[in-house]
Amino acid sequence: MAARDGVFGWLYISPLMLVLVPFFVAPILVVIAASFFESDGFGGLIANPTLANYADIFTSKLTLNLYSETIKFTILTWLFSLIIGFWVAYFLVFHVRNQLLAIGLFLLCTVPFWTSNIIRMISWIPLLGKEGLINMSLIKLGVVHEPLEFLLFSSFSVVVAYVHQLTIFMVVPIFNAMARIDKRVVEAALDAGSSRLDIMRLIVLPLSKNGIALGSIFVVSIVMGDFFVIKVMSGGGSASVVGALYEDVGVLQYPTAAASAVVLTIVVTLLVTAILRTVDVRREIAQ
Amino acid sequence: MTAAAQVARPDVVSKAMIAHAIAPRASGRPWTFYVLLTVFVLYVLALYGPMICIYILSFQDVRGGLVFPMKGLSMHWFVDLFTQVRTGDVKGAFDRSFKLALIVTLITVVVSFLAGLAFRRRFRGDGIVFYLMIGSLVAPGLVLSIGVGLLMHFVGIEGRWYTSAVGAQLSWTLPFGVLVMFAVMSRFDRAWEEAAYDLGATRWQAIWLVVVPILAPGIVAVALFGFTLSYDEFARTLQTAGSLNTLPLEIWTMTLNVTSPSLYALGTVTTVISFAIITTCLGSIALMQKRRTRRAPVN
Repeated sequence: MAARDGVFGWLYISPLMLVLVPFFVAPILVVIAASFFESDGFGGLIANPTLANYADIFTSKLTLNLYSETIKFTILTWLFSLIIGFWVAYFLVFHVRNQLLAIGLFLLCTVPFWTSNIIRMISWIPLLGKEGLINMSLIKLGVVHEPLEFLLFSSFSVVVAYVHQLTIFMVVPIFNAMARIDKRVVEAALDAGSSRLDIMRLIVLPLSKNGIALGSIFVVSIVMGDFFVIKVMSGGGSASVVGALYEDVGVLQYPTAAASAVVLTIVVTLLVTAILRTVDVRREIAQ
Repeated sequence: MTAAAQVARPDVVSKAMIAHAIAPRASGRPWTFYVLLTVFVLYVLALYGPMICIYILSFQDVRGGLVFPMKGLSMHWFVDLFTQVRTGDVKGAFDRSFKLALIVTLITVVVSFLAGLAFRRRFRGDGIVFYLMIGSLVAPGLVLSIGVGLLMHFVGIEGRWYTSAVGAQLSWTLPFGVLVMFAVMSRFDRAWEEAAYDLGATRWQAIWLVVVPILAPGIVAVALFGFTLSYDEFARTLQTAGSLNTLPLEIWTMTLNVTSPSLYALGTVTTVISFAIITTCLGSIALMQKRRTRRAPVN
């Protein structure tokens, strides 16, 4: 039985591997290989093993700036999406008593996930712009006399756009983890006289830890790997690791781009591994 | 169960909630309810508000600009979108993106379903496959895009939206599809399948006549993920689509060049399509669930 299942297991999984090997494993290997090649300056590669591409990255002062900028946005986005996502999920699970309503509200939160990210990003322009809705309203109300410049094409608008896009990645797994908390445990704690804070600290937080970790993996890896939100929403004011990489590709410097892609992939992998160490994500997902 | 999958399985939520329905404490709501209600309402407003603004602004007339106040009311920018040369080949991009999404959806559904079947039991190397999938999901899209582009270059095949872009998008939609499939299958009672075997069904019959019909709503959900993720995919398509743009690539070009409400009109049109797909999928899931509860009042 076990042997038969093993064979069928691989039979069923082979189509997946037929996609993952050529379109995930092989491209990553190609990028790693290219990072050790020399460029001929016209988009071609010279198979001449060299470490110069990496030397460039680790000696350039720009690298440090790019990473600190990208990590700054990652941390800010992670923090805000976690805070908002956690409380939205908590509200839906613990405060909405009608379960049909809870499902409806949950779907309401998830629908934008299925629409275009780019469109959702540019939709902040008429709101945050210099003559946008927020500035016009503030001026009309007499709160400010000059339009606030920091609202659009700034670090602020970058974070707004990221949080807008990615909070859903926190809401869904945290909601899912919280929905599985046995409410009788909470009741028992209340009966035993524990405070709201204790319930949060000792029951809800530990039991939604897996959901938080799963959401964090999504948010961190997406922000670290992004370049178009930062490019459009910062108005060119901020750079990002992937943005710089894309510019290398634009001028056909494939080896430099590849080396920086390898470094980035290692950094993202380390971050994800660090998060994975705190929880058993596979159990969380496959259950 | 995967997070994203929860979306697709409203019944899962409901069951969990029935099982653990919290007993209302005394009467009234604690003050925290009102605070969190405010947070929730603000979140939903921030989620939909900006999108609604650009839909409204896309209906301005020829004097229209990128910000409020609204100048006139017309379909001018929609016509502009499809007729002007400077906005690029929007119609072609729509066409390509739609076909590409259909191809990707079909492959995603079939392959995720088979992978879901495999993952119901442990098999040798299942851990490796699982982490390859997670890796494919979290890898920076542009890195994979460049990798696939270079690979095609080495092999000597010209990248096209219907070849290399399909593969590159699958590396993103498949892990999602399989994770949703995990959630769908975790609700499947194997006794039904065993019963089919006992009655003499072949493996193929058991899957096609028992497993697939029971899991149909979940399979539709996987299709919804496959279609929308492909239809809006950007980074992985960037270096793999070849010379012809898909819709998100077209929108990206427009955000850099076009500063007229045409951009908003495109946003409106593409969102209408997304919503049509979402409504169709969620509607058919709801319909299937309804027919089921009618047929089987017990349970």
